[in-house]
Amino acid sequence: MRRLLRSPTALAGGVILAAMILAAVAAPLLATADPVKPSFARRLQSPRLLGGASAAVLGTDNLGRDILARLLHGGRVSLGLAAAAVALAAAAGVTIGLAAGVVGGRLDDLVMRLADVQLAFPVIMLAIAIVAVVGTSAVALVGVLALSGWVLYARTVRATVLTIRQLEYVEAARTLGAGDLRVVARHILPNTLAPILVIVSSQFATMVLLESGLSFLGLGVQPPQPSWGAMLAEGRDYLSNAWWLATIPGLAISLVVLGANLLGDGLRDVLDPRRGA
Amino acid sequence: MFVVLRVIPGDPAKMLLPEGAPQSAVDELNRHLGLREPLWVQYGIFLRSVARGDFGQSFQYRSPALRVVVERVPATIQLATTAMLLTVLAGVSLGVVAAVRAGTAWDYAGTVLAVLGQSLPNFWLGIMLILLFGVTLRWLPTSGFQGWTYLVLPSVTLAAFPTALVARLTRSSLLEILGQEYIRTGRAKGLGERAVVLRHALKNATIPLLTVLGLQIGTLLGGAVITESIFAWPGMGKLVVDAIFFRDFPVVQTILILSATIFVVINLVVDLLYTVLDPRIRYG
Repeated sequence: MRRLLRSPTALAGGVILAAMILAAVAAPLLATADPVKPSFARRLQSPRLLGGASAAVLGTDNLGRDILARLLHGGRVSLGLAAAAVALAAAAGVTIGLAAGVVGGRLDDLVMRLADVQLAFPVIMLAIAIVAVVGTSAVALVGVLALSGWVLYARTVRATVLTIRQLEYVEAARTLGAGDLRVVARHILPNTLAPILVIVSSQFATMVLLESGLSFLGLGVQPPQPSWGAMLAEGRDYLSNAWWLATIPGLAISLVVLGANLLGDGLRDVLDPRRGA
Repeated sequence: MFVVLRVIPGDPAKMLLPEGAPQSAVDELNRHLGLREPLWVQYGIFLRSVARGDFGQSFQYRSPALRVVVERVPATIQLATTAMLLTVLAGVSLGVVAAVRAGTAWDYAGTVLAVLGQSLPNFWLGIMLILLFGVTLRWLPTSGFQGWTYLVLPSVTLAAFPTALVARLTRSSLLEILGQEYIRTGRAKGLGERAVVLRHALKNATIPLLTVLGLQIGTLLGGAVITESIFAWPGMGKLVVDAIFFRDFPVVQTILILSATIFVVINLVVDLLYTVLDPRIRYG
């Protein structure tokens, strides 16, 4: 942890990410305006931050809704979905990887072939196909995102298990009569934590990108619920007279992704001393 | 994939017919399209047809799905190839510069650029490029497909992410290689720095680079979906999005099968190239 604080990359990434998550969590407190209710009298007002006439700090959108409010509430949606997807993917991937590594044999073969197939397919194509089918509910979105993410965890955990399984202290634990489950839970799982943490961080960035990409195409979160990707798509039609509509949500996405990427890079450097900066 | 697509709520017959068409007409059309058969019968028919090279009729265009898709392939290939060239040129040169001047401001700027390239969502980057070069400066066209100027913004958008990745990889593998014994030998026998870096070091970095580039084909095909939608580029990516909204399953299926095939074939070629680049690698 102390080493983490000394890595400027990890620290910067962590601070950016934490700030964005905090803002999203506190959205109802920070945003006083209604993010969903249109107000046609105040359409397309430019941000007050830039000297605009609007009462809204970040201006208003094509339906007169407060952009700051939509940004904060949209952050709840986008970040929440991404976090749920990362948690689900990590849980599934780690379980599958552990099972494949510990049990081995046929199960291992099957899992690794599945992983190959999964990797052979452009993630967004897969996501598009599935969302097109099951519709655009939040559950479906999280499922799709998680489906695209489990492989990384499964592969990494399996590889770690295969190395650790041979080590003397695992042998020793077995000799002392520890069962499979105990060996996995007490001796193997803790050693896979470091690589998992690195993946979680960079996968969070990927998930945010993927979710907003799908919402951008109209295949993700549905209006009027605000989400960063959908806000960007709406703003696209107003580029020539209200550029802030598309710019602001894009900035938010970029900041989150940047934060998570930096944190991931920093974590990797700290946890894996073999790889230089 | 097939099953998933057919279970989508939404009735293609209803979309093809004008609004307010009687239910009897909808049923009639569904029977005609074969959508009233049980799912497993549809699947059997589908497999047999694909084996014969028949990917079904597009519901939307009333012509063979394969033809509809193949017509759009050249545009996507043109875009993807340009983006790939851009990736290799920009990515490798950025990486080389950063590695040779490791620790300097050049290196630092390159790293910042690479991190940014990996963090900016391509749909946002595309829109910002439109805003800057299309709307504000009016230098470049922002949508359509009528000449090379139309290619600039979409291919830059598409190339940004893989370029950043390639630049980082080039830098780290070059740095590793430059620390090796044979590089010192090369320098000791009086080779110029340029010869050492380009002839000896970069050559040995090609294998990891090629692997990553092969895997990036997937990113390019996926990225094309979004990029083509932004720039109204008439390729497969835009087609697949349109087809989904229209519930045009045969077209969606054909595109998915085709893009998976392209990905697998290209990565097979990459695997085979290893043996050419490094005689130590042998298959079989």
